[in-house]
Amino acid sequence: MLNWNCDKELYPDGLPRCSLAKFSPVVLIGGALLTWGAIGAIICLGYGLNKTGMNDYFALGLWIVFDLSIIALGAGAFFTGFLNYVVGRKELKDVINAAVIIGFICYSGAVAMLGIDIGQPIRGWFIFWHANVHSMLTEVTFCITCYLGVLLVEYLPLILENRVAQKQRFVRLLSHNFHEFMFIFAGTGTFLSFFHQGSLGGMFGVLFARPFSFREGFLIWPWTFFLFIWSAIAAGPAFTTLIVSLTEKISGRKLIPYSVKMFYGKVSGWLLLTYIIAKTIDTLYWALSTLPRMGVTFHSLYAEGPYGLWLVWLELGLFGWLPALALVYPKVRKNPALLMWAMVLDVLGVIFNRFVFVIQTQAIPVLPFEKFMGYMFTIPELGIAVAVIGYGLLVFGLSYRYLPVFPREKELNPVEG
Amino acid sequence: MKQVDNSKLLWGMVIDLDKCIGCGACSVSCQAENNSPFKDDESDKLRSMTWLKIYRLHNHKEFPEYREAYLPRPCMHCDHHTPCVSVCPATATTKDEEGGIVSQIYTRCIGCRYCVAACPYHARYFNWFDQHFPAGTEEYLNPDVSVRMRGVVEKCHFCHHRWMLAKQEAAYKGEDTSKVTYTPACAEACPTGAIYFGNLKDPESDVAKLSKDPRAFRLLEKLGTQPKVYYLTSRDWVKEWSDNNMTDAPAAGGH
Repeated sequence: MLNWNCDKELYPDGLPRCSLAKFSPVVLIGGALLTWGAIGAIICLGYGLNKTGMNDYFALGLWIVFDLSIIALGAGAFFTGFLNYVVGRKELKDVINAAVIIGFICYSGAVAMLGIDIGQPIRGWFIFWHANVHSMLTEVTFCITCYLGVLLVEYLPLILENRVAQKQRFVRLLSHNFHEFMFIFAGTGTFLSFFHQGSLGGMFGVLFARPFSFREGFLIWPWTFFLFIWSAIAAGPAFTTLIVSLTEKISGRKLIPYSVKMFYGKVSGWLLLTYIIAKTIDTLYWALSTLPRMGVTFHSLYAEGPYGLWLVWLELGLFGWLPALALVYPKVRKNPALLMWAMVLDVLGVIFNRFVFVIQTQAIPVLPFEKFMGYMFTIPELGIAVAVIGYGLLVFGLSYRYLPVFPREKELNPVEG
Repeated sequence: MKQVDNSKLLWGMVIDLDKCIGCGACSVSCQAENNSPFKDDESDKLRSMTWLKIYRLHNHKEFPEYREAYLPRPCMHCDHHTPCVSVCPATATTKDEEGGIVSQIYTRCIGCRYCVAACPYHARYFNWFDQHFPAGTEEYLNPDVSVRMRGVVEKCHFCHHRWMLAKQEAAYKGEDTSKVTYTPACAEACPTGAIYFGNLKDPESDVAKLSKDPRAFRLLEKLGTQPKVYYLTSRDWVKEWSDNNMTDAPAAGGH
């Protein structure tokens, strides 16, 4: 007879968890998505990137949209660390572990996906060896790699806090000492994240021969450098809150106080509002000044194919101004459903922004005698992208099940505690 | 990126569109010279290796006023802030300090394709497939040009190897290697002599003179990339295709 609670020794101290049977959908769905991704990876690595929908007009596709999006959404990790350890918002201790795990999933998933995306994965280290210091992508690679190391160091003490692992004296001491020095890693993470979030925006802003994404800027940094950081820290905390809320829904347990969600709503709201003001000014300046000097008009960039002006209204209006104004309004934040919907729009906005910069930049022809190009991903390509979701489901699910991710879980659920 | 310009040599090309008949000899000779591969199925032109692509332009008018022109498009070898060079994270694409040729180091390229996205002229090509040569054609591969591997980017390099061979020959003969000239395969193959190639900094060269011709223009000049490929035409409607007009960009019509 199968014992569905055979893993209870591993549960966090004093916290109940569902049986393995109830937990199995998490493993099955996550495993299925990962398997789809693994098959896609074998096909793409074995037969080449011709198995994707990319071509010489769409050199960057779904994976880069996914990469940029999850790195932006993973910004909740560094920003929570910054607010908790550097600014001193101690109430964020309740959510810092979850933010670190989400950040780790996002960054490690992005790096894994990039490993498949490059045509010569075995030469990936050439970026470090033959680094071109003028390339924004070099900066992105250096900072993301370093920051992934930081996230690992931040995640490790939590893994060591597993009830069984804590029985070892060495592990106990090690995890305690890690916690003592965590503010250093939080500071380092903030510094690294600031630059790679910005450089991801800079990657597109510096494309001065691609008017759709080109932006002027300050010294060597195009405005997209600052806008990408801004949008990432506006959406990152919202994404962390949404994932925690989803975990609460699935587990049926309260994991963080609602005041933390409201605080994150307020932070996201004000950051999103200031971001969307800057983004609107940036769009106007680009449309009225930058583009005419490059020989194109704003309307000509939205004149062909499905990528019309509706993209601008959607990004700035529905995914920008609307959630920003909603989140800065206290009554909205006090209503759990409205708070969640506003955060969903906030998160969709940053994904949409990354999609537009990657896909539309390449779809719009620069040569007057070139045509508008469409792009559609393939099944293996999609599999590799959604594998990150499966990976996230597994890592976050297992972490919640076996590690003390939420320090106030017991206190917030007194009956079961 | 600050680029040192201490050379008296700047390779450039001038293509006379009034002479071009669109025969494709330049494109074919480019492929043969540079060991460009074929795909099993060449119907998907979005992944074809066409370092020198020929566009057909028209004047937006109906018969009998309808007119056509052909525009061969090699790499522009942009001289200012070369878009592909500055973005490459692994320094796999370079612009020579002497001569200004923009080249690709195949064995260093990691295949990230950022350069492909950065190039507004679509002059860069990624090896989506393992290179394939129909049976027997391996015998005709050019031993002076390496074949490329899957997963790297490649592009026109103004037949850089021919310059190297010309320098070797000059050195062998005891001549001044800095004064050698050479002809890329496309210019050599053009039956109407529409493609000129030479040193843009040599005031006596054809290309230097023709680049200053009133008929001369370059593609997308407003972007400031300063291409080293010039075009000549006496037809205004052809010249209009060189850039997006600020207030009335023509709809895409060429291919």
